[in-house]
Amino acid sequence: MPNRIVVDPITRIEGHLRIEAEVKDGKIVDAYSAGTMVRGLEIILKGRDPRDAWAFAERTCGVCTTVHALASVRTVENALGIVVPPNAELVRNLMFCAQYLQDHVVHFYHLHALDWVDVVNALKADPVKSSAIAQSISNWPKSSPKYFADVQKRINTFVASGQLGIFNNGYWGHKAYALPAEVNLIAVAHYLEALEWQKEIVKVHTIFGGKNPHPNYLVGGAPCAVNIDEANALNAERLAYVGRLFDEAATFVEQVYLPDLLAVAGFYKDWGAIGGGLTNFLAYGDLPVSGYNSPESFKFPRGIVLNGDLSKVHEVDGKDADQIQEFIAHSWYEYEGGDAVGKHPWAGETKLKYTGPKPPYEHLDVEQKYSWLKTPRWKGQPMEVGPLARMIVAYASGRQEVKELVDSTLKTLDVPVSVLFSALGRTAARGLETKLVAGWAKEFFGSLVSNIKNGDARMVNNERWDPATWPAGAKGVGMTEAPRGALAHWIVIDNTKIANYQLVVPSTWNASPRDANGKRSAYESALIGVPVHDPEQPLELLRTIHSFDPCLACAVHLYDERGSYVHRIESF
Amino acid sequence: MLEHPLTMWQQMESLGYTRRDFLRFASWLAAAAGIEASGIGQVVHAMETKPRIPVVWLHFQECTCCSESFIRSSHPIVADVLLDKISLDYSETLMAAAGHQAEKSLHDTMTKYKGEYLLLVEGAIPTGDDGVYCCIGGKSAEDILKEVAAGAKAIICWGSCASNGCIQAASPNPTGATPVHKLISGKPIINVPGCPPIAEVMAGTIVHLLAFDRIPQLDGLGRPKAFFSRRVHDTCYRRPNYDAGLFVESFDDENAKRGYCLYKMGCRGPVTYNACGVMRWNNGVSYPIQSGHGCIGCSEANFWDYGPFYQHLASFPGFGIETTADKVGVALGVATVAGIATHAISTNIRKRKQIQQEIADSDTIADDKKGGA
Repeated sequence: MPNRIVVDPITRIEGHLRIEAEVKDGKIVDAYSAGTMVRGLEIILKGRDPRDAWAFAERTCGVCTTVHALASVRTVENALGIVVPPNAELVRNLMFCAQYLQDHVVHFYHLHALDWVDVVNALKADPVKSSAIAQSISNWPKSSPKYFADVQKRINTFVASGQLGIFNNGYWGHKAYALPAEVNLIAVAHYLEALEWQKEIVKVHTIFGGKNPHPNYLVGGAPCAVNIDEANALNAERLAYVGRLFDEAATFVEQVYLPDLLAVAGFYKDWGAIGGGLTNFLAYGDLPVSGYNSPESFKFPRGIVLNGDLSKVHEVDGKDADQIQEFIAHSWYEYEGGDAVGKHPWAGETKLKYTGPKPPYEHLDVEQKYSWLKTPRWKGQPMEVGPLARMIVAYASGRQEVKELVDSTLKTLDVPVSVLFSALGRTAARGLETKLVAGWAKEFFGSLVSNIKNGDARMVNNERWDPATWPAGAKGVGMTEAPRGALAHWIVIDNTKIANYQLVVPSTWNASPRDANGKRSAYESALIGVPVHDPEQPLELLRTIHSFDPCLACAVHLYDERGSYVHRIESF
Repeated sequence: MLEHPLTMWQQMESLGYTRRDFLRFASWLAAAAGIEASGIGQVVHAMETKPRIPVVWLHFQECTCCSESFIRSSHPIVADVLLDKISLDYSETLMAAAGHQAEKSLHDTMTKYKGEYLLLVEGAIPTGDDGVYCCIGGKSAEDILKEVAAGAKAIICWGSCASNGCIQAASPNPTGATPVHKLISGKPIINVPGCPPIAEVMAGTIVHLLAFDRIPQLDGLGRPKAFFSRRVHDTCYRRPNYDAGLFVESFDDENAKRGYCLYKMGCRGPVTYNACGVMRWNNGVSYPIQSGHGCIGCSEANFWDYGPFYQHLASFPGFGIETTADKVGVALGVATVAGIATHAISTNIRKRKQIQQEIADSDTIADDKKGGA
């Protein structure tokens, strides 16, 4: 008989996620992923001014802050036919890049590293050896024996106090930890450094959007007016500040994050064959060079790779009613057409129907409905989204820059291309794209400065600001790539108000329950075959789930009022 | 467990901070908490002698922006003090343990430090339909909150979600999202609203508790006076433009490029109590108005439902700066907001003439816009 283990809460993520897994002979044989919180943002958005939607939508997530605002303004602009000035596109790209740099580094060190790094074991390290290793893999200046000895002393004091705080009850000493003590010490040192560093790069958001988390966006452009002769606007000082922040970020990524990632990966090569899962990948792509309406100019290309077949990239169209659909076979909702049909977001129907156990409960009935997440599918297929999907789609699209970076990394680690389809591949892809983004940010920054130098100070297209200029009805879709994967919003505008607003977000793709055909989504699929040495300490399960960087507040937003309300938009 | 937990100063010393760093931090803390220079010695003394407090950080209906803001605290040693000096025994965002082990950490702290631990809450609590809209470890958010709050020494409500419900409580509040103060009584509750609150405001609030072992002075809405006693409008560096009648008329126009007042673009600064104008964001780099967008009023209760963000205040139904306080009070019917409105009116009375002119202008603009709406 399989042994059912329940991990709830899954920590070091955004939101409320529960995993139930069945373990047999030391391996996971089945798994169920459940989102256990809903807020109902789409219902709340109904009837509001479409120009306000970004602020509401942005609050779906404070970790990947800014990306929902970006998807939202694009959705409204798409519906109303607004093209933003090049400078606004560049500012949005720079905010996007800053978000990736901060979010991926924080994920690696503060949310994911503790699955690979044994903090307590770092006490056994020889700081002299840590220093030698650190200096052999990077030019980062903080690498002396004294430095590592000081860090070790800090941890020692901490552990000796008996109050381990956030490190309390971790799986320290678990058999699945494979790093030498010296590498553990380096990683712990950088855990602390990264915590200090991450608050710098977000200042890009503060300069362009006034604050972080949750910077301000604007339908039609960006709110930060340019005037190089004015202290109260985006001027030379502000631009130089942005440039410096990106320079420092690139240094941190190249000298700390990537060397650490490769060093850690080198000790976990077996994880290149664990936690793979679907091998279907979806990316909407982003970072336009010639404007959002020219997807072919995106730095991250758009497309789909099926069954790990890198020789073909399929096209994805958010407006095609037959492509992206949401299902509810195992979700606490009901459709008038029954649980087997799928709905394109423009034709979305949401009717809440909680049929789970009354809290407090021990187990969910996974044979029935067990999650607040709907189950999105592309032409009926489950898709993985996220850094690995972006890198795979770019690789399969023949993007030279991506191919070279991926190939050289595989060569350094001396592993075949098949390791990409794994938990380790996902974690590595996140690091690699961070390096690419750091480089692209400098290009976008150069373009912005050059535009301004050439006299183009435009930041907003106001032609359609006034609702009087809008058509009576309009619908749009806005796509982006959140750090966690493909993100799109769909809007239906009726008489200048929001008639329908739907979000299909990365963690809905990845963390959703199975569909009517019993096909698992990405998390559930990736967990199959994952070893579990000790069901009481399912470190390997966490390692696999964290490789996706879960973000659940985004994923669970669909809701309906007390099960009595049906919202339906006919396609038109 | 050590018999004598380390004091904050010992902790900092062990982390390699110098006495000078420590004193600088104590001064910062005193300043952040609104303490006169003469009180700094008291802060230093408190920090040297107080052991660290166990802290439990719960997440309910939220987006984690408060946690993210918190780790942005700009003072060089705040993050260390807060992560190491308090004993953050339960935090779903940062803790290493998960599942049973995470719950064990929580229950150990609740038992061992009954009546002593500090409870920090991020998120609103959905009370609709037996609490099925937010369950953790199979238990409803409301049950968890009540259980953990019972043994807490004090509760800090991070952000607008925990303080006043925020976005999930916006009309029609589908899940029955409720702020902490409506569910818990008999405990000191500190509301630190904002979406999210400014990092340094969060740090300042918690460190005030740690250093002085008592809650900071609060206003009628339970907010620390140090940070929430002034309107953004009154501390805004663009205020002179308002007084002089210099306004941005549309985004990116010539006036926007000169940094004029954003009042006509819907800025909520005149009705929003927060420290953005004084402390600014992310180590003082900027704040929304400085970066060209009006304040959306994110620290005020029910701000999501106060009309479209780009519709400016004078054209609000029932809220005209030139109307009488009585009229405003009746129209809004909410004591808090009426208080703010009254304040807005009284502070503006001497500018009545200029404001009347401006209202006349804005009504014209509002009328122009009505064609489309």
